[in-house]
Parts: sequence; C-alpha cells; structure tokens
Amino acid sequence: MYMVLFASSVFILMGFIYWATAGYMSNQTDETVEAEIIGLAEQYQRQGLNGLISVIRERVARDPNGKAIYLFTARDFIKLAGNIDKWPEGGDVQEGWLNFNLSPELGWHKEQIHPARARVFIVPGGLRLLVGRDVSEFMAVKQLVERAINFGMAITFALAMIGGIMMSRSTARRVELINSASQRIMTGNLSLRIPDRGTNDEFDQLARNLNEMLDRIVTLMEGIKHVSDNIAHDLRTPLTRLRNQLESTMMKVERQSDREQVAEAVAEADQLLATFNALLRIARLEMGGRVANFTSFNLSELVSDAAELYEAVAEDKNQKFELSIEENLTITGDKDLLFQTLTNLVDNAIKYTPEGGAVSLQLRKTKEHALIEVNDSGIGIPEDELDKVFGRFYRVAKSRSLPGNGLGLSLVNAVIEMHQGKITLTNNLPGLRVEIKLPQHVSIPEKELKTA
Amino acid sequence: MRVLVIEDDKDVAAYLVNGLKESDNVVDHAADGKDGLLLAASENYDVMIIDRMLPSMDGLSIIKTIRATDNDTPVLILSALGDVDDRVEGLRGGGDDYLTKPFSFTELLARLEALLRRGPSSGSEQVTHLSVADLEMDLLARTVKRGAEKIDLQPREFRLLEYLMKHAGQVVTRTMLLEQVWDYHFDPQTNVIDVHISRLRSKIDKDFPKQLLQTVRGAGYILSEDP
Repeated sequence: MYMVLFASSVFILMGFIYWATAGYMSNQTDETVEAEIIGLAEQYQRQGLNGLISVIRERVARDPNGKAIYLFTARDFIKLAGNIDKWPEGGDVQEGWLNFNLSPELGWHKEQIHPARARVFIVPGGLRLLVGRDVSEFMAVKQLVERAINFGMAITFALAMIGGIMMSRSTARRVELINSASQRIMTGNLSLRIPDRGTNDEFDQLARNLNEMLDRIVTLMEGIKHVSDNIAHDLRTPLTRLRNQLESTMMKVERQSDREQVAEAVAEADQLLATFNALLRIARLEMGGRVANFTSFNLSELVSDAAELYEAVAEDKNQKFELSIEENLTITGDKDLLFQTLTNLVDNAIKYTPEGGAVSLQLRKTKEHALIEVNDSGIGIPEDELDKVFGRFYRVAKSRSLPGNGLGLSLVNAVIEMHQGKITLTNNLPGLRVEIKLPQHVSIPEKELKTA
Repeated sequence: MRVLVIEDDKDVAAYLVNGLKESDNVVDHAADGKDGLLLAASENYDVMIIDRMLPSMDGLSIIKTIRATDNDTPVLILSALGDVDDRVEGLRGGGDDYLTKPFSFTELLARLEALLRRGPSSGSEQVTHLSVADLEMDLLARTVKRGAEKIDLQPREFRLLEYLMKHAGQVVTRTMLLEQVWDYHFDPQTNVIDVHISRLRSKIDKDFPKQLLQTVRGAGYILSEDP
C-alpha cells in the first residue's frame, strides 16, 4: 500500500521534471526561431526582398555548420537562398510550425538525419520562407532525460519494493509479537506484558497502552478478589464465634426437639464456614507458587482410591461405574489437592447423573502427560455455559436446586492450574466429559521438591 | 482427663475450657507461649491442645521443647492456617493430630479421646486381635467373625472396621475416618463416608439382633456394645 503510494508519487515527480525540462527546451528553440524571424522581417521591411536574401545568405555563410536552417523560395518553389534545397514534406502547403527530419535529400550538408523544427511563412508576393533549427541536441538531451527517468523509476520501484517488503515484514513481526503476547495473556497468564522495543515508535506506544490497560484490569481484578477474600476472612471469625456459642448452647438444651433445632443451626453455620474456607482456599491457590507439598507419587493409586471411595455412591444410585486405570503412572504434584479435585469431579458426575445412568473414570498415559477423564451421562452443561462454570459461585441454571456452593469447579480449576495442567469440558451428549491433562513432571525448583 | 490448653484467643480459649469442663475434664489454660511451656513441663497432663500462633513462643517450638525432654504426652495442634502444608509441618514437628479453626467441639472431643487411646497402646506390644461384643477381628489372618459367622470384607472395609474397633466406645468423626482410613486430607462434597458405613453395617449388623455400629447425630459414628 505504502509502496504504491510512494512509487506513484515518485512517478508524478519524475513526470513533472520531464515535462518541465522538455517544455523549457522546446520553448527555447521556438523563441530562438521567433527572434530570428523578427530579425529577418526587419531586414525585409528595411531593404526589401533582396536585403532579405542577402541576409539569409550572409547568415548561412557565417556559420555553415550552425544549427539554423533557412530556405527562401519563390512562388514556384525555386530556391532563392538558404542552406537546404527542398521543402520538407508538408512545408510546401501550409504556414506555421513544422517538425521534420533533415537529410541529405533535402540538401542538408550533414550525412546523418537530424530532427528539426521550423516555422514556415508566406512572404507577400507568394514567396515562402522557412526558418528553423536543428533540434538533434535537444532531442539527445530529451532522450537522456527520458532514459534517466526510466532508469530512476526502475531503481525507485525496486527500492520501494524491497523497502516495502522489509517494512511490512518487520511490521508483521511486531504485530505478530503483540498478537502472541496478548494470546498468552488471554489464556490466563495475566502477569505477562507485551514487549516494548524501546524505539518509541507507534508499536511501542501501542504496546505501552495495552500494557497499561492490562495493569488496570489486573488492579481491578485484584480489587474484586481482595474484597471477596477479605469478606470471607473477616466474617469467618465472628461466624466461628456464633457457631461455637450455638454449639455450647446445644449441649445445655434439655428438650430433644429444641436440641435438634439448634443442631440444625450449627450445621447451617458449618456450611457457611465451609463456603468461606473454600473461597479462601481457592484464593490461596490462585495466588500461586504453593508447591511446597509437591511430591512424586503414584497417580494410578490415587485415582483408584478415589474410584473406590465413590463407586459405592454410584452403586447406591444404580449407576454403572466404569473404571479404566493405567497402572504405575507417577506424577509430581500435591496429592491431597489432586484427590480433592478428582473427588469433586466424580462427585459432580454422580450427582448430576440420574439413577440408572453411567459414570466412568479413566486414567491413561500419553507421551508427556497423564490424562484423566471423567464421563457421565447426566444433565450436562449447556454449551454457552461451559466456560463459565469455573467462575466462583457460578451454578448452571438447572442444577441450582441440587446442593452445592458453586465453588467445586473453581477449586478444581485452581488446582489444575497450579499443576500446570489443562482441563477441558465437553458435552458428551448426553452428559459431560471432563478431561484433565497433567504434565508428568512439573518444572519446579529441585530444592522445593520433597520426596514422598 | 487432665487437659492443658495453650491458646491466646480469648473466645476460643473460653469455648475450649468451658466445653472441656462440661464434659468432666480438668483443664489448665495458658494464654501465652512461655507460660504454656512452663505448665507443660512441670505438670502431668493426659493431653495438650496447643495453638500454633502464640505470643512470646510459637506452638511448634513448645512441642519441640517438650519432646526434647522425653515427654510423650499427646498433642493436638490448633491452627487458623488451614493449608495442608501447615498441617504436615505441624505433624512433623511432633504434633499428634491437627485441627483447623473453626472446629466443632464434638470433632475436638472425638480427636482428644482418640489421642488418649493411642497414647499408651502405641507402644511395645503389637495388637493382633480386636473384639467388640461378639464381633471379632484377627489382624494377622485378616479375618472377621460375628459370633460363629465369618464375615467377608473388602480391604478398605476391613481397615474401616479395624479403626472403629480400635476406638470402640468412642465417637469417631467422618473427617477422622477420611484421614485415618483413606489417608487423604480433603473435604468430601457429599457424605461418601455414610455410604461406606452403611455397607459395613449391612455386613456386620444386618442379620444380628444387636446393632453395634451407631450413628451419632451431628458428630459421626460409634462402635459400641451399649446402644
């Protein structure tokens, strides 16, 4: 685009130079011819026909190799004076400006053909006068200019092309850099920033603006997180007190029915506290870097333990519970948190699958990952809500009636992220398929790794 | 039992002391690390409850100091830090059990009793045989009998029953079972434990007139001869 603009402006500039040069030179020629005609006309007025003839002869004689061309003929085209003998084509009919080629045929004294320009006059009495100039030099200059311009244009085009390609390449690279950085940021690494080359050009400004926007987003997000975490934290203490007092009261209450009512209040308080604790736990996990409990352990055992724990629950709901575990798969991670994650998922699968449905749990190994899959034939999650369910307190509309606090999957997500894994939810039609990809070896500093 | 409570939070301390006294225990309380250590070193207690964060000396240092003097009194660590790594650290530091605030009093009491029971028996001689009423368990042959009838149990059911039998007559909470029988520290979303208990119950109690495995509302389970 810029290349075309640049090339065409160069083209216009060159065209102007050509037009101005050629125009100036041809003007020069014309003016010289006019001046000569004026001189000759004066001679004619002063000295008549003979005077004119002698002046022409004199001028020809004075400069036999000059550029001036004269031809003065009588009514029957008989040459009276001049340095050519015949009328060039067209010159014998009309008056005015005429372009022609000088050649020996016309009686020109030089062998080569020269371009010429002349003006033809009819002198009163049927006499004709031609005054012109050899423009070969002018033509040569014109050709030179033309060639220079053509050559210049070629070079310009080539340079514009190379420059354009280079510029668009570097532009593309910068844009690509910004693109890939924003992609990585969008996929969750909000602490990343778009690199700034320090050249202070438009791209740097764009990068800086984007970075400032990101900073602002992070501040806002942290603000929100802080508020919710602080609420959880600050409410936990008084809630604990309330709960403890209720429990103390419960022990003193005599009547069984009253006692049960207080016990229910205690259970409610416990539920609230559990929600707060879950929230704080997620916040702590998301703050990241807590790899202190990472050990190397047998994931196959962990998965089969979780399966064993929940198989009975599925059986109670008359659900088919399928299990497929690849043996002796070891990974590095936090055992308790991964167990929590897995049980959350299996628990969900069983909970959201009606009686008589099917739940399956799989563990297999790929090249570098451990792949855990939890499938169910339950109510699933609407397609447009699939990416929202990891948000805190988010509950799918049709599951609101079932128990839960909307934090289970947030915790799952936080744990998987902490393990540098990836979780994907897809609809199984019917049901949900949860796929967890865990790297077998999490890159954490060796000294932080404890052995099991 | 004689209990020492080292806890600086007034509310929690009052809750603990009152609760423990009401369940017929003798309680001493220190609100500060150094005072607590002094009491722990000079008096004889059956069990100690020590908060992790204390003024003048933290809970883990107290435990380490006590253990260095060959004092094996069971210690339950209390902490507001709920993270698992804090728990692991506490247990490695010489604590016998770990409880996160807020806790239910029944949970605390159940754990204290479990600690007391463990105290003397976790020593020299290996227990090979357990029995509650006519329910008998052979830990070497890994067999279970109720009266004359042999009962087949899955390995996990065996461990569950073993734990219940070892703590016969005591309330055992769901969390304790998860930690001790399943070896995982986590919060189940639903009461999975109930499902396993009811399966176990159907095997050991269903066909017998006397029900041994009872549910204690709002607390957990108890395996006992007396209903």
